[in-house]
Amino acid sequence: MTALVSLRGIVKSYIRGKQRVEVLHGMDLEIRAGEFLALMGPSGSGKTTLLNLIGGIDRADEGDLLVAGEHINTLTARELARWRAHHVGFVFQFYNLMPLLTAEQNVELPLLMTHLSKAQRSANVKAALELVGLADRASHKPAELSGGQQQRVAIARALVADPVLLVCDEPTGDLDREMAEQILDLLQIVNREQQKTIVMVTHDPKAAERATRQVHLDKGRLIHADRGVAA
Amino acid sequence: MRFFPLIWTSLWRKKARTIFTVLSILIAFLLFGLLQGVNAWLNAFGAGSNANRLYVVSRVSQVQPLPSAYLHQIERVAGIHQATYIAGIAGYYQEKSNNLLALATDVKAFFALYPEWRVSPEQLDAMGRIRAGAIVAAPLMRAFGWKIGDRIPLRTSVLKKDGSADWDFQIVGTYDVPSSPAQANRILVNYAYFDEARVLERGTVWAFAVTVDDPTRSAQICAAVDALFANSANETVTQDEKAYVQGQLRQLGDVSLMANAIVAAVLFTLLFLTGNTMMQSVRERTPELAILKTVGFSDRSVTALVLIESVLLCVLAASLGLAAAAAVFPVTAALGIAGAALPFKVVAAGLGMAAVLAIASGLPPAWRAQRLVIVDALAGR
Repeated sequence: MTALVSLRGIVKSYIRGKQRVEVLHGMDLEIRAGEFLALMGPSGSGKTTLLNLIGGIDRADEGDLLVAGEHINTLTARELARWRAHHVGFVFQFYNLMPLLTAEQNVELPLLMTHLSKAQRSANVKAALELVGLADRASHKPAELSGGQQQRVAIARALVADPVLLVCDEPTGDLDREMAEQILDLLQIVNREQQKTIVMVTHDPKAAERATRQVHLDKGRLIHADRGVAA
Repeated sequence: MRFFPLIWTSLWRKKARTIFTVLSILIAFLLFGLLQGVNAWLNAFGAGSNANRLYVVSRVSQVQPLPSAYLHQIERVAGIHQATYIAGIAGYYQEKSNNLLALATDVKAFFALYPEWRVSPEQLDAMGRIRAGAIVAAPLMRAFGWKIGDRIPLRTSVLKKDGSADWDFQIVGTYDVPSSPAQANRILVNYAYFDEARVLERGTVWAFAVTVDDPTRSAQICAAVDALFANSANETVTQDEKAYVQGQLRQLGDVSLMANAIVAAVLFTLLFLTGNTMMQSVRERTPELAILKTVGFSDRSVTALVLIESVLLCVLAASLGLAAAAAVFPVTAALGIAGAALPFKVVAAGLGMAAVLAIASGLPPAWRAQRLVIVDALAGR
């Protein structure tokens, strides 16, 4: 398999108060198409920063970042936004759904920036909600859904534009064990049956076991990469 | 249209706040509509005036009386076709809220000077026979349920020789002004009867109405009339009908300036109110705006969404306010202030101002939304 994501010498730092804090120190990493990668490490190790760079919602200070055939660090803000809409789906720990929109309106959001017709958008939304098993909850608002259901809606939103890459930041971090297992089952199905490449940040070793590969970070450096035991 | 549900739900995120903001804008534009409507009405006043008609009034003020004897001298000025005098009795009928103005004049000459005021010759003849007769505007007849032959008591502050200030007139006819219905709101009575019966200011009038043979010579005729009374105890100002009518309105003060000043103050306040509402709304939605950017909305798209939301809020509320103002004018017409309406140009100006207000108040929050950094917003920084 070819590399879908390729990082070479990635450096990222933030300004905190008057101090410049380097979070990633010249990181190299390759993620092959179709992989389910778990990014693990203690708090402050740079997992989420790395995920944000791969997803194109943050920019590296140095290094080359090739994702889905695009050197995304060279794109303008507008080009990067368009690239995200077509290539990446995002799943967050706290779901980040629009509270006043229904499940189907939330799922439709990434499609609003495409040229799809209303009928095409509706068909895609319906298919995404069916995939996550929430077709019957399409008209419900987030407050009317359980945490697990909200995360399923968030996964449907991440998948609806048919991206090649899914970036998930602690997708089970706010869920109980049973719900977490269901969400991980769903992510595995998406990885295996839809051939989506998934990069997942997690603290949970059980969640990481579902990945096909685990990568450990500490203090902004890659310390080792293991083959996971995919269930 | 694809973004409408997103914008609409954002607008109603805090229902109470949105309703109060809508109400504030609505009331401001209701006020704008009413003031500008009245303003436009006042500015248009006299627009349909007769170029052949001139008015002679006191140089001191339009309410300062002039000797009625001036009439004969005015009539002799070259170029003047016809002239008459006009005095008035202000009072009320039954209730103080029923304000009425009776014009005391040579009624026959008056109708000759005002051919657009329609009265039947028989009724005009009756005025010659009945000294305390009155010809009443048809809308007043309808409003008070009067009919010809009725006697109408008018309570005034003009004292009669018998010690009373109540004037009793007998209705002998009605008139209408089809070309300008708003003018049909007076009672016409015989000056001779009025002047003979009153105690004070006898032999005086408010003004003289004059028609000229050639309106292109009006300026010279005005100068000639005023020259007659120059350096006298009662100097005059002669002017055409439009200037006279607008001069009467100026007695109220500069209505236009006052209306514009009030509207400017209200809109200025509204700018901060709406701006604050939008800023609060955007601040509360920071994570949601970050998610929009995450899923592919560009900075420009998010800015546009915030601005459209602001425009929708302001224009919707302003439209309701202007519609309410438009609905008020027919009611005022029913109350006797006929002719006032909301001109289209005021509606267009109001909507334009609402759009400018929306953009001005929406720009700071839109700018904030545009500059929002996704990772910071998602991290709550």
